[in-house]
Amino acid sequence: MKTFKIGGIHPEENKLSAGKQIVDIPLPKQVIIPLAAYIGAPAAPIVAKGDKVKVGQLVGKANGFVSTNVHSSVSGTVAKIEDAMDASGYRRSSVFIDTEGDEWLETIDRTPDIKRDCALSPEEIIAKICDAGIVGLGGATFPAHVKMTLPKGKKADLLIINAVECEPYLTCDHRLMLEHSEEILVGITVSMKAIGVKRAVIGIENNKPDAISLFNNQIQKLSFKGIEVCPLKVKYPQGGEKQLIEAVTGRRVPSGALPIEVGAVVQNVGTSFAVYEAVQKDKPLIERIVTVTGKSVSSAGNYRVRIGVTLLDVVNFAGGIPEDTGKYVAGGPMMGRAVANLEIPTAKGSAGVLFIREGEAAHREMHNCIRCARCVKVCPMGLEPYLLMSLSENSLWERMESERTMDCIECGCCSYICPANRTLLDYIRFGKSTVGNIIRNRNAKKN
Amino acid sequence: MNVLIISILALSATGAVSATILFLTAKKFQVYEDPRIDAAAAALPSANCGGCGFAGCRAFATACVEADSMEGLLCPVGGTEVMKNIASILGKTAIEAEPTVAVVRCAGSCDKRARNNHYDGAKTCAIAAQLYGGETGCVFGCLGFGDCERICDFGAIGLNPETLLPEVDESKCTSCGKCVKSCPKMLIELRKKGVDSHRIFVSCRNKDKGAIARKACSATCIGCSKCLKVCAYQAITIENNLAFIDDKKCQLCGSCVAECPTGAIINKE
Repeated sequence: MKTFKIGGIHPEENKLSAGKQIVDIPLPKQVIIPLAAYIGAPAAPIVAKGDKVKVGQLVGKANGFVSTNVHSSVSGTVAKIEDAMDASGYRRSSVFIDTEGDEWLETIDRTPDIKRDCALSPEEIIAKICDAGIVGLGGATFPAHVKMTLPKGKKADLLIINAVECEPYLTCDHRLMLEHSEEILVGITVSMKAIGVKRAVIGIENNKPDAISLFNNQIQKLSFKGIEVCPLKVKYPQGGEKQLIEAVTGRRVPSGALPIEVGAVVQNVGTSFAVYEAVQKDKPLIERIVTVTGKSVSSAGNYRVRIGVTLLDVVNFAGGIPEDTGKYVAGGPMMGRAVANLEIPTAKGSAGVLFIREGEAAHREMHNCIRCARCVKVCPMGLEPYLLMSLSENSLWERMESERTMDCIECGCCSYICPANRTLLDYIRFGKSTVGNIIRNRNAKKN
Repeated sequence: MNVLIISILALSATGAVSATILFLTAKKFQVYEDPRIDAAAAALPSANCGGCGFAGCRAFATACVEADSMEGLLCPVGGTEVMKNIASILGKTAIEAEPTVAVVRCAGSCDKRARNNHYDGAKTCAIAAQLYGGETGCVFGCLGFGDCERICDFGAIGLNPETLLPEVDESKCTSCGKCVKSCPKMLIELRKKGVDSHRIFVSCRNKDKGAIARKACSATCIGCSKCLKVCAYQAITIENNLAFIDDKKCQLCGSCVAECPTGAIINKE
């Protein structure tokens, strides 16, 4: 069975909510729609206090190419446009909407029928995706239309669908695949047309055999051309773009290059579903699946949540915060980040809320590096995390750049494996952002 | 015996020839260096802190020698005394500069600013600030992990274990500005030392609206502009719900201190 070659770890999977059907969350009294919850420039608000909006109506317009539209996820009145706290605790511009009823824009097709045929040209498809405000739903939240517009002179020959979900605990993609397999396959077909490839491969880890066999059956039964399923051996971080490309095709993306260099475009399976809804049903990205999970959560499960509903509302619907909680994490245990406050809105990239029990949450005391090189062994990018950390501690930025720190995908394997409990990733991430700034300044001077 | 003489002669001859070559090469490639640079460098405190804006004391000495006037050149460690010395060595006139000192613009001690979460990542301010807003409701305030304490070459700034806020030891602070750069929340400012160390400044950087700021910390500036109205010297400006006192205009009358409803303005005597 295929997998990527360098590094990787095997954290406990803990997919507690894998068997739980997706449940709709009731609409709250107010939603807070963040205008800047993705990579790129924040959207500019186009509504004002007191405006009536419907579900799916544009409230924030993309500000430049690398930016996305933001839509209202409920119908009601705009209460205010103000800064609201996000997962990091900093305040960012958001639109507050008081919910009144559930009135959708007439253009959105809300029938459950599956529409397979798409007569649009690639440019029209990408324009629709851009209008719908779709971002990569795997976690990085990079605007989808930017990714699907290939750079001039580059050609892709393969679309890889990231259905790996290697992050422990999270099951939102898994459930989406089981419940909406046909829609996803249509979404993939549409995306293939948009980027001009004849072949798509769905990469799924073999801890989801039900999804693998379901997709295989659906592809045959409904005769989807050019799509195949590639079962992968379980290993974290297989969902990393470069790792997935290597696992599926054996091609390795060179340091500092984009996947298009090896002719591949990678799309998350949730994004494929959003593409289906946007292109075939004219529905913008206004909701996503959120996994609420944790060993003490009474009703761990998967919930369909409108963007802007606070995580606290989601959690309360799922049975409330367990008593022995030590830490709440927005996202999974590896890539997610602990949050101080659950009264933050669900953003396009919020895949889950994880409750870690008290004893399990604390960092153990950090000791000196014992030079065991386990971090080197597990690093999926072939870096030397122990070295990068000490370079970052000592502010040796030039050396850090030459040690390829910008290749770090922040997967956290090094911190996970370190027997001395060193906070490797924290330091490397800090160094990476500093080095990134230095490089940007240098390039700006050159131009 | 012959062997001895021959070797002595041979070695002396080689030495003489080499010395001549070395002498000629040195003459040919000689770089003239102003002897005053050495003299000026010797007068500097050799802290090499970079507070003057140059890469170490020698670079600063070179700059002093090359400059037409001493305008804008100041060794913050040595102060006016050293600058006068250097000026006399170089035959220039020293420009009197007002001594400055680092002040910490956060008054959110533990009793005034409740902690609502616990951070257990890497214990440096730079990393914590990159990850999130901090352990309290105020995302502008001091994080308390002591980056400023670690960077200070003079041991002049240290965390008070009770308030968990950094405090500056004026007798040691040279106002080199390293702590200013190290603080990710930009809380440290170099201000005029003032007569007998008398200073008045707003000890807060919170730009949130008053209600939000007040909820997070009881010693915050709420941008109420009472100080602005009472100031007779137009020294106070308010921007983004935050007051700032210009130390060039402030006459230290103290009327704003009495007016401030939260105690964010500090009158240090």
